[in-house]
Amino acid sequence: MTEFIILIIKLILIIAVAVGMVPFLIFFERKFAGFFQSRMGPTYAGPWGSLQSFGDMAKLMSKEDLVPAAADGPVFRIAPYILFVPAFVSMTLIPFGPMDVDIFGYNVDLVVSSFDAGVIMFLALGSLAVYGPVLGGWASNNNWALLGALRSGAQMVSYEISMGLAVVGVIVMANTLNFVDIVDAQAGGFWNWFFIPQLVGFVIFFVASIAELNRDPFNLAEAEQELVAGYMTEYSGMRWGIFMFGEYVNMVVMSAVISTIFLGGWRAPFEFLDVIPGFIWLVGKMLFFIFLYMWIRWTLPRYRYNQLMDIGWKIFLPLAIANLAVTALIISVV
Amino acid sequence: MAGHESHPPAPPKPRATPEEMRERKRLSRQRVSDDSEFITVSMGPQHPSTHGVYQAVVDLDGEIVVNARPSIGNLHRGVEKLAEVKSYHRFLPLTDRLDYISSFAMNHAYAEAVEKLMDIEVPRRARYIRTIGDELCRLSNHLLWLGVHVMDFGAQTFFLICFRDREYVLDLWEMLCGARLTHSYARIGGVAADLPDGWVEKCRAAMEFMPRRLAEYQRLVEKNRIFLKRTVGIGIFTREDCVAWRVTGPSLRATGMERDLRKTEPYAAYDEVDFDVAVEYDADVYSRYLVRMKEMYESCRIILQCLDQLPEGDYINQDAPSQTFPRKKQVMRDSAAMVQDFMQTFRGPKVPKGEVYKAIEVPKGEMGVYIVSDGTSIPQRLHLVTPTFYHCQATPALFEGEMISDVVGIFGSVDIVLGDSDR
Repeated sequence: MTEFIILIIKLILIIAVAVGMVPFLIFFERKFAGFFQSRMGPTYAGPWGSLQSFGDMAKLMSKEDLVPAAADGPVFRIAPYILFVPAFVSMTLIPFGPMDVDIFGYNVDLVVSSFDAGVIMFLALGSLAVYGPVLGGWASNNNWALLGALRSGAQMVSYEISMGLAVVGVIVMANTLNFVDIVDAQAGGFWNWFFIPQLVGFVIFFVASIAELNRDPFNLAEAEQELVAGYMTEYSGMRWGIFMFGEYVNMVVMSAVISTIFLGGWRAPFEFLDVIPGFIWLVGKMLFFIFLYMWIRWTLPRYRYNQLMDIGWKIFLPLAIANLAVTALIISVV
Repeated sequence: MAGHESHPPAPPKPRATPEEMRERKRLSRQRVSDDSEFITVSMGPQHPSTHGVYQAVVDLDGEIVVNARPSIGNLHRGVEKLAEVKSYHRFLPLTDRLDYISSFAMNHAYAEAVEKLMDIEVPRRARYIRTIGDELCRLSNHLLWLGVHVMDFGAQTFFLICFRDREYVLDLWEMLCGARLTHSYARIGGVAADLPDGWVEKCRAAMEFMPRRLAEYQRLVEKNRIFLKRTVGIGIFTREDCVAWRVTGPSLRATGMERDLRKTEPYAAYDEVDFDVAVEYDADVYSRYLVRMKEMYESCRIILQCLDQLPEGDYINQDAPSQTFPRKKQVMRDSAAMVQDFMQTFRGPKVPKGEVYKAIEVPKGEMGVYIVSDGTSIPQRLHLVTPTFYHCQATPALFEGEMISDVVGIFGSVDIVLGDSDR
């Protein structure tokens, strides 16, 4: 019984972290965008404009939930959540600290599920998230939305392949598929983190994650200059809000996964810094990647659709395979 | 000539011969397969990047445009008809609303045509001020264009960076005539007012500062591989196409044609300053960008020369009291000037019978004004030959065979503003 209660508490905390970060991420994104563009960003709502996202949310919730007459109602309604839910499930795989910690006399593992096929689970859930945009775009019965959905489907599927192959290098080195064990394999200081031996894999994974998240320079599925708003064209009110929310939750999850796989997860860069709790290190690393995503988004122009495919299939895929082959060769020889 | 050195433009080298360019265009049109079904989408009038209320109904084969049908007129205000019920002076503020990005150039085009019809002289100082005004318009227009153009490819920050520097130009306008966007600064026979105190220094400082900023932009844009990938060799519109569809201005000069009315038919003070016509040879989106970039450097150079050579004298013609306004300061002091002001305002100028066509080089291309006069103070017929109208009509030729992602950039690269097209 205690174990069950602990599990419930952990789930609530995980969801609180993922959801609780989103309003602040949206606020940071707008503030950063403002600074990049030599303006102030939001300033009115709350101190330094920090309550802007909550105001936006209140606005979105009070709007009419509009479903176009020609749309496929049930699919249209459910599509935003399909983008949203897998992200939470992925979050349960991420360790936030060491195992067997003594909290108020209970032995607690600071991870929801130490799942032996964690990496595969993460990739599978990532593939599920594709259905959100694809079904949403298809059900909207709008040509722009359909184009956006097709692009999004093709893009996410092709980048998942290079993404998966980029992780295999780490799996070969750590000899495990479990996120907890991958973090343990990186113990002992930042020189043991996998981004150093797996630099190629790290770069491929990071770029592919931008494509997975549909952000600039790979945000072809939305591409507001080309496809109006892509698969979100017909969405309004809170359903649109949930699409946006889902994207930011995905961003949180993706940055957590990159930090865990390549940057030592909750581990400190030096052993003597272990006094600082693990989750602070993890959140710090996540914020670093989130800032990188924002920086890139507000700086670069967008690729064209076929150029994106060229990069995915002709550069990243061969590079990931070569990286895997070299890693495997070195591991087997050493 | 004063020694204001801009960044010397490298001599352009054609990357492809015209035959190769035609072949590329033909190949891009062949990408469409015969046996597929098309989806039709309506780009605009509410599309975020059709640069106004322009609509193109586009048939798509996958991502490739098969057919595009332009539809304009959503901003039609009947400007040409309004001209037939207003005196020549009173029509001038309406020309602001044609190309509202560079409204002084529009004033100027209209004033030049009316002056040609009346056969009156413009004082030398006024001609210099007009030249400066034209080039300021060119700067602000091209800066806006550049920001929007790069934003069409998804780089949103660049848009606001360009806006920041356009502000310097708009501040100059505000100091000069009180308005930032709709200037109405030209008058028949001159300009509305003399340069205010301190304006020349402020303008000179801004123009010496601007080339440094432009060089910064060039570094930002031309070293960006994504931007190069999206623009080089894309949207080829050859010289024959340009001539056939009457596409003028930077798009025409990007095909290697050295046609610039400032050089070929000098007006205002363009024959007294030294400048180069920006030419590129590749006829693609990137060449059009390069042409405009060079034109901005040249604009700074022209303005600095004009400021150096600025002559003394009247800012509006004082020898034709039945056709021009008096100096504003005199109106309350001199009874003759007061009568003149009253007559011009309420009755309009005396205009001979006849018809006239005059074209000048505005930032977007060639802007012509055709006037038929029956000898009264209002035109019998006034026709505006505006560049954007022709740029819009070239839509099918520009779009066909291109990918939907490129269409936005290509359309932006010919530079349109719908107020200009829909009149």
